[in-house]
Amino acid sequence: MTAVVVTGLGATTPLGGDVPSTWEGALAGKSGVRTLENDWAEKYDMPVNFAGQLAVQPSEVLSRPETKRMDPSAQMAIVATREAWADAGSPEVDPERLGSIVSSGIGGVWTLLSAWDTVKEKGANRVLPLTVPMLMPNSPTAYVSLEIGARAGAHAPVSACASGAEAIGMAYEMIRSGRADVVVAGGTEAAIHPLPISAFAAMQALSKRNDDPAGASRPYDTSRDGFVLGEGSGVLVLESEEHAKARGARIYGRVLGVGMTSDSHHIAAPDPEGAGQTKAMQYALENADVAVKDVCHVNAHATSTPVGDMIEARGIRGVLGSHADQVLISATKSMTGHLLGGAGALESVFTILALDKRTAPPTINVDNPDPELELDLVRGTPRPLPAEGQLAAINNSFGFGGHNVALVFASN
Amino acid sequence: MAKSEAEILEGLAAIVAEETGLDAAEVQSAKSFTDDLDIDSLSMMTIVTLAEEEFDVRIPDEDVKDLVTVGDAVKYIEGAQS
Repeated sequence: MTAVVVTGLGATTPLGGDVPSTWEGALAGKSGVRTLENDWAEKYDMPVNFAGQLAVQPSEVLSRPETKRMDPSAQMAIVATREAWADAGSPEVDPERLGSIVSSGIGGVWTLLSAWDTVKEKGANRVLPLTVPMLMPNSPTAYVSLEIGARAGAHAPVSACASGAEAIGMAYEMIRSGRADVVVAGGTEAAIHPLPISAFAAMQALSKRNDDPAGASRPYDTSRDGFVLGEGSGVLVLESEEHAKARGARIYGRVLGVGMTSDSHHIAAPDPEGAGQTKAMQYALENADVAVKDVCHVNAHATSTPVGDMIEARGIRGVLGSHADQVLISATKSMTGHLLGGAGALESVFTILALDKRTAPPTINVDNPDPELELDLVRGTPRPLPAEGQLAAINNSFGFGGHNVALVFASN
Repeated sequence: MAKSEAEILEGLAAIVAEETGLDAAEVQSAKSFTDDLDIDSLSMMTIVTLAEEEFDVRIPDEDVKDLVTVGDAVKYIEGAQS
């Protein structure tokens, strides 16, 4: 069976405009969450006035026509793709053997709503012709396919906050099934807009810690009160090992397996027993042919919600059993906020780097860990992973709708 | 107030430059939108929509195909103003 390796990484996040600055920020335990510099809270009476906003705006690195033709979600994906593709050595790939799978959980919400404003204020004749290709949720993956010249297929699986992880899982399967040699995979989200913020707040899903934005995302802390919306993109270049070796590519790590399940429990609430989440992790380990004892790290979904964090924590403990005592858990949303469709992809970048650098990034803001937490959480500062041997790690992503995706990665 | 031919060319060149990334100085009357400036049909429709707003004119879709050169568009807008 074809082995799948990771040969390129790209990101633009609340911690930095690329992977090195994002990783450096994460290791330093920085928060990318800030108060919104606009009048939305006042103007719209919004209960939340902060978010994990990009450190570097796409307009600072893309050309003016590019920013006019793409929704911010696609702009971020292109920024991350260019970094990942260059990082992989800009490989020469047969276009028929090259794919793109880049997801968004929400789609082109800025484009959609500003076009509706145009209709209301100026009439239908003023709506710009590129509105549809900008708002469609497959726009980021389509632009990525144009960017790299991918003709083996461009896909955009949508599963809310699991979208980015699902994209990587599908890319892994696309290479394993023989449809492609190289797939650019990831997720993106640009939903820091008054409507999604209001809507997530209406679900009581968001933290309302307006007076302490940097301390608002606090997974597993007893005073956690909801997730913090973030924006950005993470992209990985996945490649068959044979293809990567033939061109002498630098290999960061391996995608060993994916497990995907659905809860069929509730449209938004997670199953309190976490059965689907647990099964996703078990299936991923089976698919990867990795024993529980070989897992050394988990990048948890852990969004900082009162209910969700502990369901996942119990699930991880259930899957890993007593070996969980030897596994370092990181909840990086404490620093980046929750990138929704970008989350699973950015956290895959973090997981690959953690294995490659043998360092687990920290979880910040955990002043008082939940007393029920029976996991070894990396708090405040990074901690070393085992110095010897091949390492394996799990990255979890779960989405509204009951989507559960677990990815298993390994060091090279 | 109606704009002069030179003002329309300047305004249209600014729109084309913003949309395509071309230098506004390249957007000259004799240039063909498709052959010289490499503007595809969706970009052309975007430019038309933005020009309608800028110059407060209506350019029906069926007339856009007749706007081959930048000069054609300038003349059309000049005529549509009055």
